[in-house]
Amino acid sequence: MLAVSILNRLLMAIATLFGVAVVVFVLLRVVPGDPIAMMISPGASPADIAALRAHYGLDASLTAQFGIWLKSVVAGDFGTSISLKRDVLSLLGERLPATLELALAALALAVLLGGAVAIVGTLSRRTVLEPVIDGLNGLFLAVPDFVWALALILVLGVLYPLFPLSGRIDPSSDPQFATPFYLFESLLTLRFSVFADVAAHMVMPVLALGLPLAAIIARVLKAALSEAMVQDYILLARLKGMSELRLVTQEALRNAVGPTIALTGVQFTFLIGGTVIVERIFSYPGIGNMAIDAVINRDLPLIQGLVLVFGALFILVNLAVDLLVAALNPRLAHG
Amino acid sequence: MAELALTTPTPKAPSRAAKRLRALASEPKVIIGGGFILVLIVIAIFAPFVAPKDPLEQDLMAGTLPPAWVEGADPGFLLGTDDLGRDVLSRLIFGTRIALIVAFVAAGLAALIGTLLGLMAGWYGGWADRLISRLVDIWMAFPPVLLSILLVAVFGSGVHSVIAAIVIIDWTRFCRVVRAETQAQAQMDYVTAARTIGFSRLKILFSEILPNVTPVLIALVSLEMGIAVIVEAILSFVGLSVSSDTPTWGGMIAEGRQIIYEGWWVLVAPLIALFATVLAFNQLGDGLRRALDPVMRR
Repeated sequence: MLAVSILNRLLMAIATLFGVAVVVFVLLRVVPGDPIAMMISPGASPADIAALRAHYGLDASLTAQFGIWLKSVVAGDFGTSISLKRDVLSLLGERLPATLELALAALALAVLLGGAVAIVGTLSRRTVLEPVIDGLNGLFLAVPDFVWALALILVLGVLYPLFPLSGRIDPSSDPQFATPFYLFESLLTLRFSVFADVAAHMVMPVLALGLPLAAIIARVLKAALSEAMVQDYILLARLKGMSELRLVTQEALRNAVGPTIALTGVQFTFLIGGTVIVERIFSYPGIGNMAIDAVINRDLPLIQGLVLVFGALFILVNLAVDLLVAALNPRLAHG
Repeated sequence: MAELALTTPTPKAPSRAAKRLRALASEPKVIIGGGFILVLIVIAIFAPFVAPKDPLEQDLMAGTLPPAWVEGADPGFLLGTDDLGRDVLSRLIFGTRIALIVAFVAAGLAALIGTLLGLMAGWYGGWADRLISRLVDIWMAFPPVLLSILLVAVFGSGVHSVIAAIVIIDWTRFCRVVRAETQAQAQMDYVTAARTIGFSRLKILFSEILPNVTPVLIALVSLEMGIAVIVEAILSFVGLSVSSDTPTWGGMIAEGRQIIYEGWWVLVAPLIALFATVLAFNQLGDGLRRALDPVMRR
């Protein structure tokens, strides 16, 4: 049964990805403005234009173009970026790890911070601390990542210049990397000064992305914990003499964590979407920042590749969350 | 006597609308949030009279002047000037126009489309529900920020494109909520009663169910307006909204980001305006939901 349900979810994920591909393709083929017209010099002959058109596959019918495109995408060929004149797949390969490191670090921050706030909030139920925590959390919930990013620039970049404002590494240092995963690589190869530099560049974007999610996790988890804390099994454990901290972190948490994981998954996809604007603000060289340039330049092959990568990321996150929730709750595995 | 008793006017119970108005007036979030938005609307309408200077007038001799309370300021420029010597306060005031136009038009249209589809899906069920729900699922598989940039790229930049992008992305929020509300309302006794009397399905939907869905809807519209203000600011920041000769908060933020070390105030002023506006819409929406939802009021 479990295998069937996993297979079902996998098939659904593939179907959704195909739907995303169709929508992206259709949307971008109605773009007003000829991408070829932007690339040619004013003196180009009609033959040159036709040759370029054929080179990028823009002369075939729409269905034929989609067929050609889909076949090549499945084969791993995303075409050539019109504005950067480079292979889209290798561009994505360089930029995606930067975004992944950013998103995962923000997720880790959100889970740790949000979880800690929820536990402290649950422990301080009916004390003077509770309204303070709830009020602060409510304020954090109202601040979107865009506003966070700019406020952080002002405070940690200009007022107290603790962290670099833009980029991924100090441009004057030029360390060599074997992989595009700068943070992980520098840590694994024990180059701590490089690691510190990469990490310092990530502090502000990670905070901007992670703090809104931390507030959401804190609220939902605290509500679930508070609900669990009045259940009979908690009362029983308390009568056995278990400390309040252990009650919350061991007994209540185990039962409250399921719904929080499901919600965190959905919110994590929004966080990945948020990398687009946050990377832009911090000039961070990830796929989000590249997406904005691609749109400004009307770079169709690059936009298609980027949106497909984003779509695949969201679908993967959703799939992982589905499976994780099912694994944690055996009753749902057969659903 | 019996007849008399029947016609004696009983003290008239306050109408539902009056009750709701009173609930609204006693909700501080509605007063504060709504009051702030009202002030913004007045400022936006009368911007040419409120603004001390022409928001487009450049004076390179008066470039990057700090706000009036900082040393080296020109008291004529209360919030200072940007690098082209344009008055920040006046640009801020004129920026409310685009922010509010996008907020009201985009949220209104998204609500209209989402509500109609949500009502249909929730009330008629069957293939209509399956079609609309599947559409919503696929729609929501796209990251909103990316889709909005994608759509603006398709439509070309400009305020119409920003509005269209917000409507195309966010009708799903309304559709999901209205569909669920409609399904819940359809189970209620008053719907069964209306059916028994012989009301047509369409009449029940629009004259019985829709009024009961409206409170949730109004609150959602207010929240959506806050989202629309942010999205417009983001697209202006990136340079995909209105042309750069129209002052917008997002555009000012982008300019301020460029000259962050020379003139922090160019970034701070629109950022505060943006955040206060979003907060006001959120508080208003939250307050409306509390005041209008009978379950939450208890």
